Amino acid sequence: MSERHQSPAPVKARVAAIEQALEERGFPVAESIKEFTTLAEEKWIPENGARVVARAWTDQAFKQRLLENGRAAVAELDLAMPVHHRHLVVLENTPTLHNVIVCTQCSCTAFSIIGLPPDWYKDFEYRARVVRQSRTVLREMGLDLAPHIDIKVWDTTADTRYMVLPVQPPHTVGWSEQELAKLVSKESMIGVARL
Amino acid sequence: MDSVHDLGGKQGFGLVRFTQGAPVFHDDWELRANALYVLAVRRGIFNMDEYRHAIERMEPRHYLAAGYYERSLTGFAALCVEKGVVTREELEARAGGFFPLTLPLGPGRTNAPARVRFQPGARVRVKEEYVSGHVRMPAYIRGKTGVVVRESPPYPFPDAHAHGVKAENEPTYDVRFRAEDLWPNAADPADVHAAVFQSYLESV
Repeated sequence: MSERHQSPAPVKARVAAIEQALEERGFPVAESIKEFTTLAEEKWIPENGARVVARAWTDQAFKQRLLENGRAAVAELDLAMPVHHRHLVVLENTPTLHNVIVCTQCSCTAFSIIGLPPDWYKDFEYRARVVRQSRTVLREMGLDLAPHIDIKVWDTTADTRYMVLPVQPPHTVGWSEQELAKLVSKESMIGVARL
Repeated sequence: MDSVHDLGGKQGFGLVRFTQGAPVFHDDWELRANALYVLAVRRGIFNMDEYRHAIERMEPRHYLAAGYYERSLTGFAALCVEKGVVTREELEARAGGFFPLTLPLGPGRTNAPARVRFQPGARVRVKEEYVSGHVRMPAYIRGKTGVVVRESPPYPFPDAHAHGVKAENEPTYDVRFRAEDLWPNAADPADVHAAVFQSYLESV
């Protein structure tokens, strides 16, 4: 095949090519890029998930609803999920249990709740290794879990989406929801950090 | 399909290049490419299963060498060509060179004819199946036994949905495996949970 030695056109030129081709066919390319930029930068942000976590820490009944039906519970905070994310499963960490999320086959996440996935989440190293060497990989990433803490790894192999509910740091009991939300990072909701 | 995208448990990869607050995008074209595929999904040009499978159909060397957004671009562009929205010739003329797409789409399959409804606590085995088309069973659970934790709402069956084959929606089961069973003597002890389509499972 002649493709054997062919090097591709630069990736920017390929993106521009399909943009132009779609534009010429009447697709609203410029508007879509603008709209997506707003979604990526202002709407699909980890502050959403942080609000969910802070509410769960301060409202036991909400936490129960969240653990039973994540999608319905986050809707109470006016947070929406794409149509194809039919199910949000919230994974509660405890002093003796740690949950961590991965997508080994692609890079799926509950992005409208915890934010779009960071670069390392989409890299082959994380996708290949965390299911098999969870404790080692977490340690390498700066989370050295005590031996008495069990690990559960969640592979996002369907359109069920996950978020980790971190353990509330003991010294923050009594803080306001707004203050608590500031503590919650995207990393802690993926499960590569504890707070 | 058993291709290079199915990375779970593969060895030889090094340290995760992790940074706190790591960026989602590294360049403007990445965001634009992402926006275009979202537009195409919204317009109904293709569905998410077709999109995921198109990326899996990339030539393996290209898959491994491309970053996430180049893979997204390639799968998305391949589907636009396959669906007759654009032609490869036009894309290459506009790009001023070779525009790698994907290997062709093969046949899909429909749901398993006899499917079992599992209750939480049931022991289940992932069928020993080798599927040439789209399948969302990571190879590392094939033939392995686990415990059902819960049932999801029904989803389109990806093995059909990625191929334009008509099929019934079906639930997935959250199945708990032990890493030590998946990779005996060669894994850190942990529970590994996967969302497994009903058609992929059988009773033990």
